[in-house]
This record gives sequence, structure tokens and C-alpha cells, in this order.
Amino acid sequence: MSEKEEEPRIGVFVCSCGSNIGGLIDVKALAEYSKTLPNVVFTEDNLYTCSETGLAQIKNGIKDHNLNRVIVASCTPRTHEPLFRDCVEEEGVNQYLFNFVNIRDQNTWCHQKYPEEAFNKAKDLIRMGVAKASKLEALENITVDSTPTALIIGGGVSGMTAALSLANQGFETHLVERENELGGRLKTLYKLFPNDQEAQILLDNLKKNVEGNKNLTVHTSTQVRNIEGFIGNFEVRVEENGNNIDLTIGVIVVAVGASLLTPSGYFGYDGKIRITQHELESKLQNNEVHPKDVVMIQCVGSRNEERVYCSNVCCMTALKNSLIIKEINPETNVTILFRDLYTPGTHYEDYYRRARETGVLFIEYSPEKLPTVEEKQIRVYNEYLGEDMIISYDLCVLSTPLVSNNDNKALAQMIKVPLEENGFFLEAHVKLRPMDFATDGVYVCGSAKWPVDITESISQGYAAAARASTIISHDTIEVEGATSFLPDYNRSLCTGCEVCIKVCPYKAINKNENDEIEITQVLCKGCGVCGATCTQHAIIIRHFTDQQILSEIYAYGGKEV
Amino acid sequence: MTFEPKVLGFLCNWCSYAGADLAGVSRIQYPPNMRVIRVMCSGRVDPMFIFKALLTGIDGVFVLGCHPGDCHYLEGNYEAEKKFMMVQKFLEMVDFDKRIRLDWVSASEGARFGRVVTEFIESIREQGPSPLSGESFDQELFNNIKAMENAASSDRIRALVGRQRKITEAENEYGEKVSVDEFNRIFDEAIHDEFVRQRILLSLSTKVLSVKDLAVELKLDPSEILENMLTLKSRGEIDYQSIDGNTPLYMRI
Repeated sequence: MSEKEEEPRIGVFVCSCGSNIGGLIDVKALAEYSKTLPNVVFTEDNLYTCSETGLAQIKNGIKDHNLNRVIVASCTPRTHEPLFRDCVEEEGVNQYLFNFVNIRDQNTWCHQKYPEEAFNKAKDLIRMGVAKASKLEALENITVDSTPTALIIGGGVSGMTAALSLANQGFETHLVERENELGGRLKTLYKLFPNDQEAQILLDNLKKNVEGNKNLTVHTSTQVRNIEGFIGNFEVRVEENGNNIDLTIGVIVVAVGASLLTPSGYFGYDGKIRITQHELESKLQNNEVHPKDVVMIQCVGSRNEERVYCSNVCCMTALKNSLIIKEINPETNVTILFRDLYTPGTHYEDYYRRARETGVLFIEYSPEKLPTVEEKQIRVYNEYLGEDMIISYDLCVLSTPLVSNNDNKALAQMIKVPLEENGFFLEAHVKLRPMDFATDGVYVCGSAKWPVDITESISQGYAAAARASTIISHDTIEVEGATSFLPDYNRSLCTGCEVCIKVCPYKAINKNENDEIEITQVLCKGCGVCGATCTQHAIIIRHFTDQQILSEIYAYGGKEV
Repeated sequence: MTFEPKVLGFLCNWCSYAGADLAGVSRIQYPPNMRVIRVMCSGRVDPMFIFKALLTGIDGVFVLGCHPGDCHYLEGNYEAEKKFMMVQKFLEMVDFDKRIRLDWVSASEGARFGRVVTEFIESIREQGPSPLSGESFDQELFNNIKAMENAASSDRIRALVGRQRKITEAENEYGEKVSVDEFNRIFDEAIHDEFVRQRILLSLSTKVLSVKDLAVELKLDPSEILENMLTLKSRGEIDYQSIDGNTPLYMRI
């Protein structure tokens, strides 16, 4: 790292961002102020630093003034850091020698009535940024080989869709299903909303495509036993019919789906005349039920204290089964007791309308006054009437939620991903990265994440496959160079206390055969917890080193202590 | 001139820094008294940073991370909490703990960011300027906090903090678990002892003193001073320098 030895030559570019920054504070004066700071050799203010012109100005600055550190004071690194990093890199300055100072999102936009204070804040922030920049070190991103193989855990509709999508793109794909045949929840369904297609037809089509695909290996009666490694290079052990198989995998898609809830204790559930929607579905398919008076109760065992969530699919399922019952015998009375009816979008709302047209009755109940299910009749308090209604029934159907699988936790620990409070898998970001996990190279789709219907399961299957293919379509992958690091010159400090091993959430730190601490750079995500914990201050967090952060503190505090 | 608090904020990149950006995008207005240092995770905030910031005379330090369970790095914010609580325990001894705060702000909580920052700045405003800033500089307080920084940087305290979650939340190979109360007892004792020891070292680094001198200077019982000095001596950090009459004088090695 020659830059480390070189005297820092810092260029500071202050962005006006149109009037977003320049409208409140004087960017010319900021640029002038920056010139007075240590190691700063060039400053400039730009109307838009991120524009073609602005980027050209940075490049010219680097060329003309031989800059080896660049600071942009503007919006926020969260949106614009990659752009400026690329820009300086093109001019031969290592991207990690770029530093961002946020004077818009966290300054001018938030102190619009205090121009003078905002100006002073910008000065402080630039001074801190310059101090850190002087201590920055060039880093290289780490490149590792990647295996172009995918593992899909779960052979339901979402998993099969993801597997097919990847296999059709030419990637070697392994589909693992713990039961002895593919299909998951789809196997047990009769007709599917919103187009009343028979589940079996969809399933047969999917299975035919899966089984006929030469890139796709199906492992049924198979459990995942162990997963080690990292993005592009997972070592996976699966147990297929009692035999262990070891696979080298590039990306993993979790498509384990969800489980059914048996509503024992709810509304006199007995599995005979008081059954679940799921049980009704198979009875309808086998033509086993011919009820006269059907009452369905929604939100049984969900949206309560134990399970706070809405299971997403039960409203539509109730409507669908009502319509099937009405189709078999229009004379059958069907009443749906609901808390909130959830039928979003034109198709589903249309489905609801159809149910109303066939004469299905909808009665709202509140969680404070739950319906009481008696031997042959149900009492439900009607808000509008202000009194109890009594509805007789010969079949009571309980709409129960999908719940997370009991063994999610074990799998989550194997792949080092989080579960949310209800035991479902938690994505990296609900909006920005919905199919990703925070752990690289692992993706999620279908009801493993949250109860979803078949349409959504399929969409998510494709989406997860698309995300996964962005990794395995390359021979190598590049990972962030700002990782934790135990330099050789600090090795003698290490006492082997292993605290770093314990706090690392990614199991990136281990002891090697010589009983020395070893940090696997590709596994490290650079959170820095190990460095802040290391009892001997031996571990260095690159790009956020103690010296770099302390320099910021001292620049603000005004002295070194 | 009215007092304008000088506040430093450590924001984690994924939640609170994003929340701070969102506050800007939403034009949420808050007092312009805080400067931000971005870290990838609140768990990166080394206790040393907080002490050092206070020692420079900064009036208040705010650490903001992701909500429990939301950490981008799975559990970094839990580690941040343990570290922060340790710093707090130290600062309680000199009634300085209200000058630091830990809170959680998610990427979607721009308004909440503005609110918690405003509240913290106002609380610092009420507390007034740090005695470590300006003209009425309090050297004794400085020495005490410096000693705390050194104690917090010692391997004993860092190891306890680093192991805290493992030993209080998970069982060891023998199915044993240390209760939180038991841990706190050990932890409080360690914090007190290491502080006294670092304070002694700090005093001995500029002059040669007897146990009695130190007891007066540190306002502690001579027997406690002696006990800790024996530990320091066995650690090879201090030694006798001379004997004045019947009183041994100690120096730092």
C-alpha cells in the first residue's frame, strides 16, 4: 500500500446541490474554509458534484493537483458513495481513499431556519471528514471463486419455481425436499383462487418440468444436516434416505414454507363438524361433505396475543371454499364471521363480490366479543343490531393461520440468518431487499418468510432465483474490503481469549491448527464488533480503525486526549 | 452567551444513519447541535471512543443503533448495549452518566430520529456545559474519567463485557449458567476495583506517594488503597520508591 506511506494530499469538493445546500449555507466559504485544514491541497465548490461536470471536476482535481484523497461534502453516502468511489477509482485513486461528508440530508435539510448554525455544523463535519481522510488506507476488495450451483431447500410451489428458473438458466440446481414427494402444501389443496384452477394440474405441470430437467437434481426424503462456508462456496451436507451426501453450493434459496395450525381448544374444534378450512378442502375434493348450514370463523388463532400477525391467505381461502360449496349446492347457507376481510386487488375483490352475489352472508365480530360455538348453533354479537345473533350450523369451519415451521430455528442457525418474532425467516430489508438475507448468497421465498398464496409463492420463487443468479452467473465474486483484520504485527498481543470468536455473528473468526486466531475475510461483514471487544485491542477494523474514528472525535472535540 | 450543547452522535450505517437521512428527506427539523460519526454497527463503538469524546470536553455522546432484533449484523446492537452499560456504570461513579445515551432508531423512523436527538440535546442543555470544557476545567473529574477510560480498556473489563451475553444467556458445556445478578455483582466489583487501580496509577504517574497520600487524594479508605496497590505491585505496575520514616512511598514503573 504505497498510499499509506505517501503524504496525504486531500481534495475537498463542496456540493451546492442546486439550492438544497447552497440555498442555506455558503458553499464557496466552506470550500475556502476547507483549504485551511491540514493536508488539504485543493478545494472547489460545485453546483452538482454528482453531475457529469462535477465528476469531471473531481477527475481534473486529482490529475492537476496529484490528489490521493478525495472528499465530497454533499448529500449522503447511502445514495452517492458508490458513484464517487467509482469516479476516483477511474482516476487511479483507491476507492477506499474517498470520504463522504453528509451536509445535506443530515444538515441543511434539518436546520432550515438556522443558516449560521448549519454552516458551522458543515465546517465541523468537513473538518472531521478531513481528519479521517488523512488516516484512510487503500484497501482492495476481496475476490473469491464462486461455484455455479444452487441449492433450493423445500420442494413446494415456491421452491420448485425457483429451482426450475435457475435450472432453465443452465445452472446446476439441487432441490431438497424432506417428504417423499414434491409439492409441499400444494399437494393438499383442491382448487386455487382466484381462477379456480385445480391445484393438482399446476402441481403435475411443475413436477413434470422439474423431473424432466437435466440440470435439476431432486433429493426427496432429504434433510439438510449441516451448512458451512460462505457466498459462492457453501459446503452442504444433506441426508437422503439415511445416506449423507456432500454438496458444494454457490447460493442457497430457503423455500421451506409454513406449517398448519391445529386449532385444539378453539371454538370446540373436533375435526368432525368443527373443522379447519384445510380439512374442509380435502373433504370437498373427496365429495365427503354435504352440509346445509355452514358457518366459517375467520382469524382463529391469529391476530391475537399469541400470534399477532395476519396469515394473509385465510380470507381468500374462506371465500374460495364458500364459492365451491355454493357451486355444489346453491341452497346451502354459508355465513362468514370475520374481523376484517382482506381481499386486495381487482381479482380478489371481484372474488369477494361473487361470493356476496351467491348469497354468502358476512357478519363482523370483534375480538372483545368472540362468537361462542355451541352444540348446534353459534352465538355472535352483531355490532349493528346491538345484540347476539344465533346461527345454527351443521358444519363449522375455522380459518386458522399458517404458522412457522418448528425446525426453522435449526436451519436459521445453520445458515446464520435471523428469524422474526413469529419464527418466520427475516429478509434483509422488507422493501429494498425482500428476497435477500443479510447473509450474502442466501435467499428466501414463499411462506418461509410470511404466509403467502400460490400466486405470490410463484412470483417470489422467480424473484429469489433472479437474485441468486446474479451471484452464480459470475465465476468470481467481489466482497467488501473493509473487514476486520488481525495484522501480523499485532499477533503477539493476542492472548487467545476467544472473546472475538464468541461475539462474531458470522463465525468468521476461528482458531487455526496452531491455535492462532484466524479471520476469514470473505465471511466478515465488517461490523466491527470484534475490534471494539478485543481485550488486547489487537484486531483492526479496516476503514473504521480506532485511529480513524479517534481522529474524527478529536477534530470535533478540538484536542487530543 | 447562552449555552449551546456540543453533542457527538455515533450512528450505525444501516438503521439510525438511514433514519437520520430520512429525517432530512422528510424535512424534520431538530437542533443543529449534534455532529455525526458514521460506523457500520453500533457494536463498533468502542467504549474508549465515548470516554475520549467526553474527555475532549464534548457535552454529550449519543449512540444510536438498530432496534433489538433488527440489527443488520444480527446481534451487534446487543453487544453495543453491553458496552454502553459498562461505560454508564463507570460514569455513574462521578454522576456523569446522564451525558451519554443509547437509543434505537430504525431506517424508517425519521421523525423518531428528530425527536430523540432533540430530547437528548435538550437534556444536555439542562445539564449545562461539561466541566471538562471551557474555563472552569475540572482536573479531578478529568483524571477520574481518564482512569475510567484506562480501566474500561483493560483486558479484565473488556473480557467481562465481551463474554457477558454468552455467560448470562447461554449455558456452558456443563449446563451451568451465571445469573444476571451474580454477573452484575462480579462486574460491579471489577469496575470499582479497576477504576481505583487506574486512578492510583494515574496519580503515581506524576509523583511518588504513600498509601495515606493516595487515600486523601482519592478520598478512599487506606485499607482499600493498600489492597489494590498490592495487586498493582503483583502485576508489576508499581513498586516501592523509598521509605519516608516508617512510610513506604510508591512509584509507577
